Amino acid sequence: MGKVVLVTGVARHLGGRFVRRIKREPEVDRVIGVDAVPPEHDLGGAVFVRADIRHPMIAKVLAEHSVDTVVHMDVTGTPLGSGGRASVKETNVIGTMQLLGACQKSPTVRRLVVKSTTSVYGSAPRDPAVFTETMLPKALPTGGFAKDAVEVEGYVRGFARRRPDVAVAVLRFANILGPKGGTPLADYLSLPVLPTVLGYDPRLQFVHEDDVIDVLRLASVEPRRGTLNSGTFNVAGDGVLLLSQCSRRLGRPTVPVLLPAITWLGQFVRTAGILDFSPEQIRLLTHGRIVDTTQMRETLGYTPRYTTPEAFRDFARSHGPGLLPPDQVARAVDRLAAVLPPASEPKEHSAHG
Amino acid sequence: MADAKVIPFDEDGRGRRGAKASRVRNGRKRSDAGGGLAPLPLPEQPLPAQAGAGDAQQPQESPRPPTAAEIAADAEKRTEGLAEAFNHALGAAADRLLGGTWERKVAHGLAFLRRRVTGDYEVDEFGYDRELTDQVLMSLMRPLFRDYFRVEVRGVENIPDTGGALVVANHSGTLPLDALMTQIAVHDHHPKGRHLRLLAADLVFVLPVVNELARKAGHTLACAEDAQLLLERGEVVGVMPEGFKGLGKPFSERYKLQRFGRGGFVSTALRTGVPIVPCSIVGAEEIYPMVGNARTLARLLGFPYFPVTPTFPWLGPLGAVPLPTKWTIQFGEPIPTDGYPAEAAEDPMLVFNLTDQVRETIQHTLYKLLVQRRSVFF
Repeated sequence: MGKVVLVTGVARHLGGRFVRRIKREPEVDRVIGVDAVPPEHDLGGAVFVRADIRHPMIAKVLAEHSVDTVVHMDVTGTPLGSGGRASVKETNVIGTMQLLGACQKSPTVRRLVVKSTTSVYGSAPRDPAVFTETMLPKALPTGGFAKDAVEVEGYVRGFARRRPDVAVAVLRFANILGPKGGTPLADYLSLPVLPTVLGYDPRLQFVHEDDVIDVLRLASVEPRRGTLNSGTFNVAGDGVLLLSQCSRRLGRPTVPVLLPAITWLGQFVRTAGILDFSPEQIRLLTHGRIVDTTQMRETLGYTPRYTTPEAFRDFARSHGPGLLPPDQVARAVDRLAAVLPPASEPKEHSAHG
Repeated sequence: MADAKVIPFDEDGRGRRGAKASRVRNGRKRSDAGGGLAPLPLPEQPLPAQAGAGDAQQPQESPRPPTAAEIAADAEKRTEGLAEAFNHALGAAADRLLGGTWERKVAHGLAFLRRRVTGDYEVDEFGYDRELTDQVLMSLMRPLFRDYFRVEVRGVENIPDTGGALVVANHSGTLPLDALMTQIAVHDHHPKGRHLRLLAADLVFVLPVVNELARKAGHTLACAEDAQLLLERGEVVGVMPEGFKGLGKPFSERYKLQRFGRGGFVSTALRTGVPIVPCSIVGAEEIYPMVGNARTLARLLGFPYFPVTPTFPWLGPLGAVPLPTKWTIQFGEPIPTDGYPAEAAEDPMLVFNLTDQVRETIQHTLYKLLVQRRSVFF
């Protein structure tokens, strides 16, 4: 008899993709997708159960289908459709508590995978440049999605202690980018003009959607020989991009704003509902955040297919160039080079060299 | 001791020596810049002249009376010729100003600009932008290093050619100019042109603009995690364990080393097994003679101290100009740490002893250099 996988948060793009992917695994027998709202996309033959994970009903779903693997993807920063920050927080925190409570009662659950985020590390100037899984942040996130994620991880650790027979994997993803966007950072990068914090150039790290799906799949099945897929793992593409580099590669001009002013602007934009520009997001765009992925490579045995610049390129390609497309800017420089008369020969050389 | 014998000659021929050194350095830089352009020996100088001559020949070849169209064309040619001549003059001026290879420099600069504006460059996890540091940030600091402080670098070969090393230096001068000068000293004088990755105080990463530049120049926060990561990757890491205690000490205590933190740098070196290179910097103490400390103002601004010098803040921004002291940076014999067992980093006694050894070495070298020094400014 094959595995029965329950996935939460399938109404979202990423959840839908994961359900379709895990359904194709040979050792997986059935996939049950759970969300409070019906998904708009196809779930590829998975069973959809409309259930709110904030209610105890989820325990019945677990028992009814004798689920052995739970993939909790309903920890997100943005509301789906209507609903404010309060309902998101409730789904994140109360939903996780209910789900974990149900898992603890269920005798069949053998494996739990939780989608978390690297924002649990916060962003502060006094932090080390590169975070490893065992590091504690100097300043815990004070609110928003990052705080939810910290609390969720706390409950998951409690669950792992109470049910040592269940393999628990907590996957801390860096900022997810893909052709479809949908994350707060992707929304920010889609603005025609990027407001930045004056005097700061944050280091950013991205992970491609395809890698997210692959890592989730790897964590939800039996570990391969020589690897271990329970524990906490940072998941991010290799390499680093500065925000200034991102804006240049996207061709979107930046407007440096003083830090106090941008906090105010963020509040305004948020209340106007244009964009989720939370204080946590502003901190990321001030100090940046880089994580170490040695554990992902060596213990989990996964090598990302996309590096950070490649993931970013894929995102940029699907979003089209901004107001200052990089190739046009490059052409302008080339024209400038052509105007300056004598040194046209070596220019070609050094441009390639 | 050998150094001590060399010094008197150095005093006599300093001007000549400095000029020679800078010429040598220029030469090296030029050959670096032209690395990819080897097949072009020196065609730049005659090029504009040839082009100008070619243009000027054509109007002379028409002996018959010129038509209106020809006159117009001729005028156009002449303006072109004028432009050429102007370009030529400009080129000659630029040649004199920038030293012969200005065209290559412009081309190089444009290629650089092209990469910058399209975001086509790489940074590491610490935000270190190697290209920007080499091309812009270092070049901006170099006049200060070469012409203003006239830094004399000794013993730079004590830094290994490959692999990690921890450079431990004294810290002074109110503003951390000594750290930046050491960075240039290592890069410009080391035979392998190694890059010094400095560990900076957390205040640096709180301040806007400063933090951005510091990260791009390869500095990172002075914490064990970052230092260990850099050393494991085989980088040369620079640390100034005195921190603000050394940087902001009063002028009366110049060249007296302060406490060396808690010896964290030694345990990191022990953990990674890299050699410790003691480094003594003479000259930085006198750039801003700090005679007082406005503590209340410092607390208000959130700084560890607020310097009062004979000129600052009395003369305003003019008072912030450092005094043109003559500097010496001496790198000492490396102290190996790879002979200790793995648990040595956890042994406080050993860590304290090594810390003291490094501190004493730097202090003694400082005294030795001070005795040899004839004047603060020359």
